[in-house]
Amino acid sequence: MSDPRTKRAPKAHIVVEDLTMAYGDFVIQHDLNFTINKGDIFIIMGGSGCGKSTLLHALVGLQLPARGRVLYSGESLWDAEPERRDAILRTTGVTYQGGGLWSSMTLLENVALPLEQYTSLNPAEIADLASLNLALVGLSGFEEYFPSEISGGMQKRAGLARAMALSPEVLLFDEPSAGLDPISSRLLDNLILELRDSLGATVVMVTHELASIFAVGDNCVFLDSETKTQIAVGAPRQLRDECPNPEVQRFLRRGEPTGRHEDTRGAAGARSGAAP
Amino acid sequence: MAANTRNSANPAYGAHTATLRNGWEASLLAAGEFRIRLFGKWVLASGAHSPAELSRRLSQVPRATKITFDTQDLTAWDNILIEFLNKLETIAGERGVSIDRSGLPGGVERLLALARAVPERQGARRTQTRPDLLTRVGAGSQTFVATAADFVGFLGEACVAIGRLTVGKARLRRSDLLLAIEDCGPSALPIVALVSFLIGLILAFVGAVELRRFGAAIYVADLVGIGMVRELAAMMTAILMSGRTGAAFAANLGTMQVSDEISALQTLGIPPMEFLVLPRIVALVMMMPLLAIFANIVGMLGGLLIGGVTLDISPVAYYHQTSGAVGLNDWAIGLVKAAIFGAIVAVVGCWRGMRCSRSAAAVGDAATSAVVLCIVLIIVVDAIATVLCTTLNI
Repeated sequence: MSDPRTKRAPKAHIVVEDLTMAYGDFVIQHDLNFTINKGDIFIIMGGSGCGKSTLLHALVGLQLPARGRVLYSGESLWDAEPERRDAILRTTGVTYQGGGLWSSMTLLENVALPLEQYTSLNPAEIADLASLNLALVGLSGFEEYFPSEISGGMQKRAGLARAMALSPEVLLFDEPSAGLDPISSRLLDNLILELRDSLGATVVMVTHELASIFAVGDNCVFLDSETKTQIAVGAPRQLRDECPNPEVQRFLRRGEPTGRHEDTRGAAGARSGAAP
Repeated sequence: MAANTRNSANPAYGAHTATLRNGWEASLLAAGEFRIRLFGKWVLASGAHSPAELSRRLSQVPRATKITFDTQDLTAWDNILIEFLNKLETIAGERGVSIDRSGLPGGVERLLALARAVPERQGARRTQTRPDLLTRVGAGSQTFVATAADFVGFLGEACVAIGRLTVGKARLRRSDLLLAIEDCGPSALPIVALVSFLIGLILAFVGAVELRRFGAAIYVADLVGIGMVRELAAMMTAILMSGRTGAAFAANLGTMQVSDEISALQTLGIPPMEFLVLPRIVALVMMMPLLAIFANIVGMLGGLLIGGVTLDISPVAYYHQTSGAVGLNDWAIGLVKAAIFGAIVAVVGCWRGMRCSRSAAAVGDAATSAVVLCIVLIIVVDAIATVLCTTLNI
C-alpha cells in the first residue's frame, strides 16, 4: 500500500552474480553482474541476437545458467529446491515476445488460470478479478475473445493482464513493443509506468526500442555481442551522455556520430556515422 | 451515527477487530457522508469480499450522498481491493452517490482510475445464446455442404496442378519433391514392415485354426496371399500413412499458414498448390504402391512363418501355393487401390493444412481432422471398390 515512488535509498530486489549463459559449449553471455532495485524499471538492451532473451530466460527459471547466481531478495533462484523456486517464480509475472497467450482459451480464461491455480477464490470472484485485470489494460468487453481474434497490440496487453493476475512483485517483459506501432508502443510504455507506480512492482524489460528505453528506463544493462558480456550499466540518459564506450554510444544514438544529440544532423550525418 | 456494519472475509476470527485479517466497516457521518473504513491485508491470499452487503447498507441510508474512505489500518493491498472498490463505484453510480477517492492510497486511486478509464468498446462484448436444435442442425448441414464443396474445389485445383506438372509448367522445386518422396517412402519402411508382418501372421493364425479342421492347411497360403494383396496391404499401409504422413502434411502446412509462409509464397506469385501441395501428392501417390508391394512380401513372410512353424508347410510348397492363388489381376487391384489411397491421404492432409486458421490450437485440429477423415475415406472407398470388383468378377 505504501506509495513506491517516494525517493528513498534503493533496495536491491534482483541481483545477478557472475552469470554465464551457454548452449553447450557455445557461450552466449559471460560474467554478468548487475543489481535491479526494487520499484525500478530496469532495461536489458543490446543488439539483435546478443542474448537478451536468454538472460531473461535465466531470470525467470526457463534456462539453467552455465555458471553464476540469480538472487531474488537475497535468495538464489537456481540453488533453491524446486518447490521454493516455484514459490519465488510466483512472485514474478512474465510477458513473452509473441504474447504467449494460450490459444485454446479465451482472454478471460487466460487471465483466470493463474488465479484458479494459486488462490482459493471462488469461480465468480476469479472471473471478476480476471475482468478487472483486462480492464486495467484497456480490454474491457473482450473477455470471450480468443487470442487469434484480436490484434497484436491487444495480445501484448492481454499477456500483461495475465502476468499481473497474481499481483507479482516483479514484472518481466520480453520485447513489449516489438511489432507495435509507435502510438501503441507509447501507450504500452505509459501503461507499464502507471502500473509500476501504482503497484510498486519492479519491472525488468528486454527491449531495443530507443524511445521506450529513454521514456521509462530507470536503469539498464548493455549486452555486447562482440565481447559477449555487459559493457555498461547505468541510467539510459546518463549512458548516452557520459558513457565513453563507442558501442554503447552507437546503439543509443542509432549509429549517428557521437558528441551531439540525435536528430540535430540530417540523414547524411546518420549515413556517414555508421562507420566505426 | 448509525450502527456499524462489519464485514470480514474470515468470520472464524470473530468480531475482534484487532485479530481480523481484513475487512471493512461503514458508518454514516454528518451531512450524508458515508465513511468506509478499510483495514487489514486486502490481498489475493486472504480472499475476496462481496460488496453486496455494502449495497444493502447503502439502501438503508437514503441520506448518504457521498462515500469517503479511511485507510489508516489498511496494511497491504492488491487487485482484490481494486476489484472491491470497482464494484463499489458501480453500485454507488447506480444510486447516484458520489465517491471521494482522495482517502485511498495513491496507487489504489490510480489503478482504480485506470480500470474505469477505458470504456468498454461498444459491440465488443459477445452475447452467448445457445441456438435451438433446428438452427444447429441447419447450420451444421450448411457447414458440411460448404466444406464438401471446398474439398471438391481443392481437389479440382490439385488436378489442374497435376495437369500443369505433366506439361512441365508446374512451379516446384525438385529437392522438395525428393524430400517428400524420401519422407513418404523409405522412412516409412520400418513401421510398414512391422505392421504387415504382424497382419500376415494374424491372418495365418486365424486361417490355420479353421483350415486345419478340414485338412486344408495348405490353403493358409491362399488366404494370406489374396487377403494381403487384394485388401490388407493397401489398406493397412494407407491407414499407417494417414497417421504418419497425412497428419504431418496437415500440421506442416498448418504451421506454415500460421507463420505467414503461405502468404509469402502467394505474394511472390508462386501458387502454394503447385509449390507445396503438388510435391506431396505426387510423392505419396508414387510411393504408396511401392510400399504396398513391400507390405505384401513382408506379410506373406509372416504367413510363411506361421505355416512353417504350426502347420509344417515347407517354404517351397508355400511359395507354389501362393503364386498359384494370387493372380496378376489381384496385384493390379491391390496396387491401384494403394495409389488411390495415397492420393486420398495426401489430398486430405494438404487440404486440412491449407485451410488451417491462424492459431496453435488450429494446427492440432487440422492434423486430427486430417487423420480421421483419411481413415474414414479410405475404408469407404475400399468398401466400394471391393463390392465393385466382386460384382464385376475381377
